[in-house]
Amino acid sequence: MLEIRDLYASVDGNEILKGINLHVKKGEIHAIMGPNGSGKSTLAKVLAGHPAYEVTRGEVIYEGKNLLEMSPDERAREGVFMAFQYPIEVPGVSNAQFLRLAYNEKRRHLGEEELDPLEFKDLLKQRAKVVEMDASLMNRSVNEGFSGGEKKRNEILQMAVLEPRLSILDETDSGLDIDALRIVANGVNQLHGPNTAMLVVTHYQRLLNYIVPDFVHVLSQGRIVREGGKELALELEQKGYDWLKASNGGPNGLGVTAN
Amino acid sequence: MLTEISTPETFTEEAFHAFHSRNVAPVPTWLESLRKNGWRRFADVGFPSVKEEEWKYTNVAPLIKTRFDLRDADNTSSIDSASLYCAEAENSTAVFVGNRFREDASKFGAVPDGVAIVDIVKAANDPKYSEVVRQHLGSVVDYVANPFTALNTAFLSSGGVLIYVPRDVKLETPLSLSFLPDASRKAPVAFPRVLIIAEQGSELTLIENYTSSSDATYFTNAVVEIVLHDNARVEHLKLQREGKEAFHVASTAVALGPNSFYNTTTINMGAKLSRHDIRVTFAAEGAECRVDGLYLVTDDQHTDTHSVIDHAKPNCSSHQLYKGILDGRSRAVFNGKIFVRHDAQKTDAMQTNKNLLLSNEARVDTKPQLEILADDVKCAHGAAVGQIDEEELFYLQTRGLPPDVGRNLLTYGFAEEIVAKINFDSIKRQLNESVLNRLQAQFES
Repeated sequence: MLEIRDLYASVDGNEILKGINLHVKKGEIHAIMGPNGSGKSTLAKVLAGHPAYEVTRGEVIYEGKNLLEMSPDERAREGVFMAFQYPIEVPGVSNAQFLRLAYNEKRRHLGEEELDPLEFKDLLKQRAKVVEMDASLMNRSVNEGFSGGEKKRNEILQMAVLEPRLSILDETDSGLDIDALRIVANGVNQLHGPNTAMLVVTHYQRLLNYIVPDFVHVLSQGRIVREGGKELALELEQKGYDWLKASNGGPNGLGVTAN
Repeated sequence: MLTEISTPETFTEEAFHAFHSRNVAPVPTWLESLRKNGWRRFADVGFPSVKEEEWKYTNVAPLIKTRFDLRDADNTSSIDSASLYCAEAENSTAVFVGNRFREDASKFGAVPDGVAIVDIVKAANDPKYSEVVRQHLGSVVDYVANPFTALNTAFLSSGGVLIYVPRDVKLETPLSLSFLPDASRKAPVAFPRVLIIAEQGSELTLIENYTSSSDATYFTNAVVEIVLHDNARVEHLKLQREGKEAFHVASTAVALGPNSFYNTTTINMGAKLSRHDIRVTFAAEGAECRVDGLYLVTDDQHTDTHSVIDHAKPNCSSHQLYKGILDGRSRAVFNGKIFVRHDAQKTDAMQTNKNLLLSNEARVDTKPQLEILADDVKCAHGAAVGQIDEEELFYLQTRGLPPDVGRNLLTYGFAEEIVAKINFDSIKRQLNESVLNRLQAQFES
């Protein structure tokens, strides 16, 4: 589904990603871990198409297409979704209005008929259950005045409505208490299936207790320095990221990456 | 050059006399004096120039250079009724064409008994209303301070109306005042003049509507005076959707009695050149007002709002939010003064002006001002000018919305805070459509 090859990217002239290789297949969940500043959020933003990040080398193939040539909205309509670490507030635009616009934009792209407000209301009501979201939040402006937990739930609600094939969760666990974390993770798990894939970007292991990854990739200084199964996350949790530096003798450390 | 500007061809002494000699209706002496005083004031000062502080950013030279036709509208001309009536004010609409109050096209079926909606000249002659008109007409608004108000006062005629709401009468249906330009002449001028008296405990919702789809040049010079007595409540929506070659210069002056409530929203989106002076005076304790507005301009439009909120008495609160959306090479001016007089203790005043610039050539001059002489008050003010936020736009894009739709949506969201205040679905729908359409048209071109 997603093939990242030798990806280099910079922001304001600073090179952040220095040769990322990653292969994600349908049905898989990949965790991207790493210390602050390792480039994991940059990777998420580059995949979503943030204009501030410049790809200087490498390629990203998504479903056989060149992802980097697509605008952020094209990527979204093609089924790529990023849940933001800091969801943006959109004053004056109700959540329901916004979701319907986005949903219909995608339907139009797929050559399907648009839903009218009433039909969409039913759909929204159903999908809101995925994240146990209160109906009153639907008529409020997008994310405006939402608590941190509500914002993150709203991201997953958007994901539930847009039904992406590839979801990128950027630090979705940050700022969540344990109950909210459980609800969000539970929502994500409900939306994952054999035909979808996920990239879960996180600093901490705790989210991975709920969203269990098939693979864990550890980033440091813009490169993948370790790869393994879900037990790698536990090992990191125990030993901390400093352990990586200490043991990182060669370019690939103990990992299996072939950079 | 200067002489040409100070003695414009249209508004001469001869034109002033000729205008009134055409009106056969007799007027009481006091009204004749009021007109003459208005004329004298205007003749003395002429049209304002950009050298004057109050007119620094608004050059009325294009208006001065235009030769207008002061003759009255044909009283029987047909009326394009499509834009006149709004669904929520059915059977409660007064229609004005040029300088004529067209009672034949007006509908008052839903207006309760006792409420008077009378031609201002007739009201001045009617023993029932002459005293109240004499007392208030020209005394709420300051025609000495504003040459355009002086001009309107000089040409005060049957284009004006008295709206009198007796004690404890509550109008359930909003009252709409629809002003249309006179289509039968080239470059006509209208001097709408509205005097509203809301007696103790009365309630009125007013829609002041200037709408034209015409591309013709014309000039609307309007003055609205509103008096609220004890516990009166007035909701006032002003819609300025004049034709795109129009000049619109208007003054709104409001005097608030004890514990009264005045809530106004002004939408400025039409005219080539528009200027609105709004002044709310707290003349007694315990009153409250909201003075909000939205200006939405594009191409070469120019819009100017000058607002004064005068806290002359203690224990009153005012809240003001003006928003602007500017596209093309348009310009906007917002000048908001709040005065808190020496004994106006416990005043609560808040003023905000926010502007969204959609183009690099648009320009806004904003100046919120607070002058506080009392010491126990709560006051705040602020102004902001910004552009579409790139992070917000990116967020919308990641949800599949193309950039033009995203910009559109963010602009709509910016306007929504004001548009949401409007309680009339039909008008709200029209406004939302024009906010979205105007932007759409720009993206398509």
